[in-house]
Amino acid sequence: MAGGTYEKYKSDGSLGGNLLEWVDARFPATSMWKGHLSEYYAPKNFNFWYFFGSLALLVLVIQIVTGIFLVMHYKPDAALNANGVPVAFASVEYIMRDVPGGWIIRYMHSTGASAFFIVVYMHMFRGLIYGSYRKPRELTWLFGVGIFLVLMGEAFFGYLLPWGQMSYWGAQVIVNLFSAIPVVGSDLSLIIRGDFVVGDATLNRFFSFHVIAFPLVLLGLVAAHVLALHETGSNNPDGIDIKEKKDEHGIPLDGIPFHPYYTVKDIVGVVVFLMVFSAVLFFAPEGGGYFLETPNFYPADPLKTPPHIAPVWYFTPFYSILRAMVWNFFGLDAKFWGVVAMGASVVIFAFLPWLDRSPVRSIRYRGPITKVMITIFVICFFILGYLGTLSPSPMGELVSQVCTVFYFGFFLGMPWWSRMDKFKPVPDRVTMK
Amino acid sequence: MKKFLIALLFAPIMALASGGNVHLDKWPGSVSDKAAVQNGAKLFVNYCLNCHGASYMRYKNLIDLGLTEQQVKDNLMFTSDKIGGLMAVAARADEQKLWFGATPPDLTIIARARGDAGAPKAGADWLYTYLRSFYRDANRPTGWNNVIFENVGMPHVLYGLQGQQVLNHETHKLELAVPGQLAPAEFDKAVSDLVGFMVWMGEPQQEFRKTLGIFVLAFLALLFVVAYALKKEYWKDIH
Repeated sequence: MAGGTYEKYKSDGSLGGNLLEWVDARFPATSMWKGHLSEYYAPKNFNFWYFFGSLALLVLVIQIVTGIFLVMHYKPDAALNANGVPVAFASVEYIMRDVPGGWIIRYMHSTGASAFFIVVYMHMFRGLIYGSYRKPRELTWLFGVGIFLVLMGEAFFGYLLPWGQMSYWGAQVIVNLFSAIPVVGSDLSLIIRGDFVVGDATLNRFFSFHVIAFPLVLLGLVAAHVLALHETGSNNPDGIDIKEKKDEHGIPLDGIPFHPYYTVKDIVGVVVFLMVFSAVLFFAPEGGGYFLETPNFYPADPLKTPPHIAPVWYFTPFYSILRAMVWNFFGLDAKFWGVVAMGASVVIFAFLPWLDRSPVRSIRYRGPITKVMITIFVICFFILGYLGTLSPSPMGELVSQVCTVFYFGFFLGMPWWSRMDKFKPVPDRVTMK
Repeated sequence: MKKFLIALLFAPIMALASGGNVHLDKWPGSVSDKAAVQNGAKLFVNYCLNCHGASYMRYKNLIDLGLTEQQVKDNLMFTSDKIGGLMAVAARADEQKLWFGATPPDLTIIARARGDAGAPKAGADWLYTYLRSFYRDANRPTGWNNVIFENVGMPHVLYGLQGQQVLNHETHKLELAVPGQLAPAEFDKAVSDLVGFMVWMGEPQQEFRKTLGIFVLAFLALLFVVAYALKKEYWKDIH
């Protein structure tokens, strides 16, 4: 939409007007403002689930700004200081104690990591129930899946940096997974670690990935995600195209300008989000031992394996799927198939636009099969997530295998079950519920 | 009350025969009890800081316990003469490893590290139970063992205060064989104070954090009213 579609600003003779005209002749300021905000027409029936896109952007900004200040004091150094503590670990406690306001910045960043995943999972769920990934928004969805993948990498690299026991052993376990890949595996994990064990080289390269490489890619993908969305226009809870019904000016009848309508609405969402965020940050910054895992208050010790290594909660559903694979197929180790299943469980989201064959987008006009399938999928996702926090057990293994079957069944069976459902007639215009 | 406290000392201190799953006594203290935390600081620098460091912590932060700089210097500083110095131990980590078989862990955030998933505050209960669960064991090089930390390298440094416990192998309960300087209830209070200091030291600003949190939430509640009214005003024509 940006660039030339809108008329350039003509000065009203005032100083500000002259300045804007000067800029507009050289840069698409007015047309970008209009194209993405003041004349970007969004459906007027957005509900609760539509807060999470802008909230994800807010959390991204929180993470970047707090990250900038953390990097000023954090030291990616695995060597032991005079008191026998790794420098990296001690520098985090230095931030918590000696840097003015450091504790609040650090808690914002650690709470923000979990908040990011909560918000993104809600955002993805919204896409799932309202069919936001369906034609013509496939690319928006694909950029989104890319964001999710990069976010997982970003979180994984960042988790090593405090250099606590869980940081260290979590990284050790995950990097070792790559060694299960036939032929190239052991060399690949060596390249990732930069050493034969997780060590100073690993810490330094993960730091580099966490603060430079992945955030750059993330920002690029976020821009692409928003641009693609603004090209097609937003979906809505009714899953109908508002662009099909326009007034004489070509403005969708059910569309309202994003600014000011959704900016003022999103401010309400932001305030509510910040209340929840602050409640965690100020009253339970450990997030019940799930946002900051207690073993991570011990400095990394390469000679002492913790009795139970659990990934952070946002990875546990996928970790459970990894652990559910216990069979050797085709002469390849079960660990390899676990890695394949874990990778597939994340990447499979990318195929949703082509797996869904329902004639309507939104769950509102789809029948019981869709509702049951999505419910089962969400329940399985939660069960897998819960099991991933526990030590392995025979019962847990069986349950996670059943849930893994349902998880993949949801996606792989979708071309059939999404078509079989009973559908309700879709209204011409959006409904305000 | 006293009976109850004595019962508290003896009754629950046991390891289940299978091991691993242990009952922890609830830490009865609170970090907001500044006198108790000050007493804990005194016990900490006298009994713990000789072997364990608290090396993320500076002496000057002890002023936040309601002490003056002079009080900290006079009563709590044995390993440093600089008020801005870290509460480190003079002994070197590698030497200590040679002496004890393991380097005594830094205790600055031990109360947080000993917590559990789902119960991050349980670290205080663990410490409170652990420090009261030492018993005489002739098979150990130090002469001491611990019910909830089997074959621990650490000797019972507080035995002068508590006295000497023995483990009754039939009941799996600890019994006080030789009394110490403190009565059981007094000793429990001392350990509670010491744990209180370690909980406080784990995050010295924790009380300020909660106070600040109330103000932040109050501000956000006000902002919500304004933001909601603004939204209502803009949206009144959208149906």
